[in-house]
Amino acid sequence: MRLGFVVERLLQLVPVLLGVSLVVFLMITLTPGDPVEIMLGNERATPEQAESLRREMGLDLPPHERFVKFVRNALTGNFGRSFFHRRPVAEVIAERLPATMELTIVSMLIALALSIPLGVLAAVKRGSILDRIATVASLIGVSMPGFWLGIMLILLFAVHLGWMPVSGRVDFSHEVPRITGMILLDSLIQGRVDTFLDALHHIIMPAVTLGLAMAALLMRVTRASMIEVLQQDYILFAEAKGLGRARLLMRHALKNALIPTVTVAALETGYLLGGNTIVETVFGWPGLARVIVEGIFSRDYPLVQAGVLVIAVIYVSVNFLADVLYTLLNPRVKL
Amino acid sequence: MSTPALGAANEAGQESILVINLRKFRRDRFAVVSAVTVVIFILMAVFAPLVTPHDPYDTDLLRRLQPPVWREGGEWSYPLGCDALGRDLLSRIIYGARISIFIGVAVVLLATVVGTLAGLAAGFLGGIVDAVISRIVDTLLGFPYLIFAIGLMGMMGPGLENIILALVYKEWTISCRVIRGETLAARELEYVEAARAVGASKAHIMTREILPNVLSPLIVVATTRMATIIILEASLSFLGLGVQPPLASWGSMVSDGRAFLLEAWWVSTFPGIAIFLLVVSINVASQGLRDAFDPRLR
Repeated sequence: MRLGFVVERLLQLVPVLLGVSLVVFLMITLTPGDPVEIMLGNERATPEQAESLRREMGLDLPPHERFVKFVRNALTGNFGRSFFHRRPVAEVIAERLPATMELTIVSMLIALALSIPLGVLAAVKRGSILDRIATVASLIGVSMPGFWLGIMLILLFAVHLGWMPVSGRVDFSHEVPRITGMILLDSLIQGRVDTFLDALHHIIMPAVTLGLAMAALLMRVTRASMIEVLQQDYILFAEAKGLGRARLLMRHALKNALIPTVTVAALETGYLLGGNTIVETVFGWPGLARVIVEGIFSRDYPLVQAGVLVIAVIYVSVNFLADVLYTLLNPRVKL
Repeated sequence: MSTPALGAANEAGQESILVINLRKFRRDRFAVVSAVTVVIFILMAVFAPLVTPHDPYDTDLLRRLQPPVWREGGEWSYPLGCDALGRDLLSRIIYGARISIFIGVAVVLLATVVGTLAGLAAGFLGGIVDAVISRIVDTLLGFPYLIFAIGLMGMMGPGLENIILALVYKEWTISCRVIRGETLAARELEYVEAARAVGASKAHIMTREILPNVLSPLIVVATTRMATIIILEASLSFLGLGVQPPLASWGSMVSDGRAFLLEAWWVSTFPGIAIFLLVVSINVASQGLRDAFDPRLR
């Protein structure tokens, strides 16, 4: 039954992924003018070179054939050559994606670490000063533009106080051989505590910038769901039975209250993935999101298309996993 | 819709619900103060040429990076100081409000109209119409918002019209989902049955019976989304993909100031404060509206 559900959800993914590919494919057709001419703008290219690029990008084919070719190539990881980096797009993506994933994961962890205790406290002490402070803080968190927050953090903690590095992922002296491309993980695998600490030092400001708005949102969700759980009969019964407050909150209430928090966290991963474009730009973080933005300015259309597609596929996959996990973990959902 | 029968009855019934809800809204002091702040921003934007002390595009290199009035070298005629081209920051921030608010209103209006029509059609007509609209919505929801807008802006090129289009292409899905859900619930209700029984056309039922009843959640969603759109526009402009110079946009002003953070922090700081103030005011006011108009969403 459960396997059947997972398979059914997996099949539902197919039209969404096809639709996503179609939209990404159509993006290039929205380009006013001839993409090849725009891309070659500043280069002294011969007509033969222009024709070869047109063929390479499949622009010589009719639209439906071009789309089939685009999907077929995407499925095999063949995204063509990056015009700016002068090597396969897949290579550029493989090199940059881990940095984006690392930043996204750490931001999410920071958001969860801030939002869950604050949300629980606000719910338990509902109506108190603490609840109000938490509510105001969450309002400020969702209203702060990420790029400005990042700059203000740099100004305070890097420029004035000198506590944090302004940009980059790790100091040159601490670099480690690449395994996964996520420096925090690679340094742990290789037992390099110094590199781990240095990478952590570098990632804190960008991750806080990215995670703060998410923390604000998740705090609200945790608070609301905790308030709802605390009013349930089984909690009142446990309380009447004389169960200690801490045990009641941790073992009985929190476990159920966290289901919506984790679900919303997964569903809002898109916010973090999109926010990466800003944070990576502000902090000079060498991730995929920044490469997409740079690709736009260098008119590297194959790279932009592939980058947007990869991020959308990651987002759809995370949503799928969240949906499946929610359904499997929530005892109230009957399959 | 909390009171469908009342709302659908007649225009007068709608008005009275609106008045009751507005009265509830007025009791929320924070929401009222925030709404007043938003109105001040709007007035400032509309009457920008009258209230700005200087021409926002007037450069004066002798005033390059002039500090705000309370710092040494500052003066009252340039209270927030000047940017790297010697332009008055206060005047540029006031003109920046025009861009932010114009884009916010235009995107939300266009997206709400498109989303409402699509949502009504999907929810009421069902079948193939619902299937097609829902698949389009699912597909667009498969993109992180900013990545989608960046991709589109990259292809279409920067500019005011393109930024509005890039945001509307995705934004309509939000109101579409809300209206579809509300319509699905409404079409089973008695007043719709009654309209059907007296032979009202589908178009009449959708626009005259259902639409007035789903307006409350729509107003709430539209105001909340305005804040998000303003931040998105500022983010695109910050990346250089939005409104182009010399037009004053808050996002690009923050970006311009990044190069002078050490010597002139004010260039980036004040436009950021303006975005934050406007967005926080819209958020608090829309929360007040939500509490007054749709208690279920609390």
